[in-house]
Amino acid sequence: MTGRIPLVLCAFVFALATVAAAQDLRFPARVEAGTAFSIPTTGSGEATLYVVGPGDAIARKVHLGEEIEFEADDLHNAGHYLAILTGSSSVSTQFDVVPSRQPASLSFLAKPSRLAVNRPDGISGVTYIFDIFGNLLLKPEDVSFQLSDATGGTQLRNASSHEGVAWVQMNSAPKAGPAHFQATLSGVHATRIVEEVPGDPCSIHMTARPASSGRVLLQTDPVRDCNGNPVPDGTIVSFTETHDGRVSTVDVPLKRSVAQTELPAASGATISVAAGVVLGNEIRWGGR
Amino acid sequence: MRIAHKIPVLAPISGAILAAVFLSASTGPSVRVAPMDSVGPREVEDQTRSSVIRDYLEGWKAMDEALSQNRADLLDSAFVGKAKDKLAATVQEQQKIGLQTSYQAKSHDIKVVFYSPEGLSIQLLDDVEYDVDVRKAGQSLGSNHVRARYVAVLSPTETKWKVRILQGVTQ
Repeated sequence: MTGRIPLVLCAFVFALATVAAAQDLRFPARVEAGTAFSIPTTGSGEATLYVVGPGDAIARKVHLGEEIEFEADDLHNAGHYLAILTGSSSVSTQFDVVPSRQPASLSFLAKPSRLAVNRPDGISGVTYIFDIFGNLLLKPEDVSFQLSDATGGTQLRNASSHEGVAWVQMNSAPKAGPAHFQATLSGVHATRIVEEVPGDPCSIHMTARPASSGRVLLQTDPVRDCNGNPVPDGTIVSFTETHDGRVSTVDVPLKRSVAQTELPAASGATISVAAGVVLGNEIRWGGR
Repeated sequence: MRIAHKIPVLAPISGAILAAVFLSASTGPSVRVAPMDSVGPREVEDQTRSSVIRDYLEGWKAMDEALSQNRADLLDSAFVGKAKDKLAATVQEQQKIGLQTSYQAKSHDIKVVFYSPEGLSIQLLDDVEYDVDVRKAGQSLGSNHVRARYVAVLSPTETKWKVRILQGVTQ
């Protein structure tokens, strides 16, 4: 009787070991997204493998003792996963799916989409780097940023990504027009258009000459910003006439960079012109 | 089944404080937030730091509820873009195979690492501990305690920040 106890104990331990072996689950600690791999199983019989994470959920019937094959498109969302093998009992393990090594797309945000010329660091470009499965690529990458303005001028800057994001700031060009802002990494491009528009008028000058019916015709020279860019049509120019203590103002939009209007030709009147905060010349009509 | 999960109310943190630890009253996770004084390129204002952390934590709550109830609509309040699409796809996969998964966060250790110049994205790293419980037909298939790092990118929407990218990364 006493001789049987060790034998029973050995059988029990062996049975436990068999169950443990059957439920062994050895995933690699890291799997690259979109790669095929296989994991061995031991034991015999049927079981179900569940792979669960925020990025995916998979159930697979498996034959214990055979390898479990994962195809390239089975696991492609990077993240932390839990694998559970359920059969006669249950075992689990954890592993990571890491992003693919190759960048495949850039999420590129250029701001603002429209700004005045000649603004230092006025344009920002931020790009997030993704692999083909839309996973954020966290390893450092060198991203090239290029801003080409309407006259062919180019600014080039490089930035290393940190935790999947790279960013730069660029100057707006002296000349107005659409600028192409491009981010490039390993043959992957993303381009945005930034509209560089003239700044505020730099100066304003008008001339006056008699018009019909006792009026005076006022006309500005072409209105430009301080870099020589024509100020956009529609910009308001104000003509103000002061005579005998009475003030009358006419607001006129620029048309082909020029504003013109007629005012009563009152002898001795003072006429001034302004656009925004820029004050132009003053004319005294009918006087000296 | 709704899972009770309290999110701590976050107060603005003084820049002089090295780190802030938030402990919830009962079952909610403890939350530690690293100071944001050196985050760049844009300065993180007090109101922004409070709302970003609050909305990020609400994202975890929404993810837990969506994946434990298999309801993709519960993601709408906290997720947009790729993060929402991927989580919604997981909900769909879980429905197909009859799984439900709960993600009970126990602690968050959050560090904001990037706030874009134009203020349209903010990125944070979170060393998070959570319990995952996988259930099928009401029975638990297994549960694990997980320590992982997550990277998240949030974007401002009309009323709040929403999680645009949420990705577990190897520590």
